Amino acid sequence: MTAETIDLDAVSVRALNRCLQGREGPVAGLRFVVTNAKGGHALAVGLTERVQVRIRGHVGYYCAGMNQLAAVTVEGNAGTGVAENMMSGAVRVTGDASQSAGASGCGGLLVIEGSASARCGIAMKGIDIVVGGSIGHMSAFMAQAGRLVVCGDAGAYLGDSIYEAELFVRGRVESLGADCVEKELGAGDACRLEALLAQAGMDGDATKFRRYGSARQLYNFRIDNAAAY
Amino acid sequence: MCGIVGLYLKNPELRPHLGRLFAPMMGEMTERGPDSAGFAVYREDSRKERAKVTVCCVAWDYDWPALAAQAGLELGVEAAVEPASNHAVLSAATDSATLREWIEAGHPELRVTSSGAALEIYKDVGLPADVLARFGVSQMAGSHMIGHTRMATESAVTTEGAHPFNTGEDLCLVHNGSLSNHHCLRDWLRDRQGVRFQTDNDSEVAAGYLTWRLQEGASIAEALEASIGDLDGFYTFAVGTRNGFSVLRDPIACKPAVMAETDDWVAMASEFRALARLPDVEAAAVWEPEPGRVYSWSGDT
Repeated sequence: MTAETIDLDAVSVRALNRCLQGREGPVAGLRFVVTNAKGGHALAVGLTERVQVRIRGHVGYYCAGMNQLAAVTVEGNAGTGVAENMMSGAVRVTGDASQSAGASGCGGLLVIEGSASARCGIAMKGIDIVVGGSIGHMSAFMAQAGRLVVCGDAGAYLGDSIYEAELFVRGRVESLGADCVEKELGAGDACRLEALLAQAGMDGDATKFRRYGSARQLYNFRIDNAAAY
Repeated sequence: MCGIVGLYLKNPELRPHLGRLFAPMMGEMTERGPDSAGFAVYREDSRKERAKVTVCCVAWDYDWPALAAQAGLELGVEAAVEPASNHAVLSAATDSATLREWIEAGHPELRVTSSGAALEIYKDVGLPADVLARFGVSQMAGSHMIGHTRMATESAVTTEGAHPFNTGEDLCLVHNGSLSNHHCLRDWLRDRQGVRFQTDNDSEVAAGYLTWRLQEGASIAEALEASIGDLDGFYTFAVGTRNGFSVLRDPIACKPAVMAETDDWVAMASEFRALARLPDVEAAAVWEPEPGRVYSWSGDT
């Protein structure tokens, strides 16, 4: 099936998004190629249908935000907040991603083939994020559910104030944030991780990763602090 | 918010087109800063041993040729003036400190925006596109430019409050962010170190801080390294030097920046879209500068 090309030098971002959202006609099952992205913001946001979208070139902020069902590939780098609040579907960035990649995502799979900068997976709520390179500081801050897999290194304060997400890092972790601890990587964990890596199209021996999660010490008020009131 | 951009042309063949390449970069940052705009252009004077001082005047009918004539007479050197909108570049066969002092002592109606051998700074209130057109940026030649589009937070929307700020001979600074300890730092720099300030602007304090560090003998990279500990707040700085520029983001990376480089040029901007129309950008190395790390680029000008 051939893909329809949408040239952002010819149409507005609003027109692009209306088309991809199926508001100009049914789009389920269709393929689109977006050209001349030129770092534009809010490209391919709010998609709710099973469409395939390839964006050629670097994109700006919030690309593929609030995605449901759609498969969006960015052939280049992505700016702040790529796939933020994703519900389902798949978003792939072939280059690097800026801050807050996958922020607050509830589901679906975000793959960043390069590296992601600070706050990757901040407040993630069920999304799976696989990063081929490294991630910046304060990643998975207040993460609640989902999995963050990092094939490279993680910056400072990884998983600060984490609730229940799972973090896997193959390289060096600069430091762990409050209440984030290393946990055993059991055979079952390695098996699940291997499946996720395969799904993301990443090679790698799952047993080479280390697993981190919540110590659950911040869940409840510590009665020792009652005297402060 | 604010937007910042910088472009250095490594390929001398592109230098006649500097302004034409740079103007769209600033225009693209209008949404980040629609209230005022300013830029620094570095163009070497073929006549060596010559100083340039950019001045700004509120009066639109200022007699610039008379200023040049007076400067020539009183300083005993050849002097020339090139007006551009409400700014003008006064140049003379002397050193820039002498020229700057002569203006500041005898012409309180003028405000100096820059001094050096290659640097000129132009800035004004209004939409970036209008400001760029006012100064004829598209026709400007040179080796590199640093620019700023402002959305004011800490001080008034005035020409004086617009960036870039001159930070000493051939040095300038643009800032995206906000500093929280600028009041006490300004007092300390002014009262204890003799640094002069023109405004209440927080970014000017960062510029004054770098000026002081450089006077103390630091390199621009060392001065920026030291600023990480001394300046409290959030920022991305771009600092122009006579032969290049430096970029620094605060350690927690509150403010964005992206850099790109090809064989012909190196550029930085708040957002990639400002770089998206540069020649051969598709083939450029594009990366996000790490927080708390000084990036410096300099070439032979």
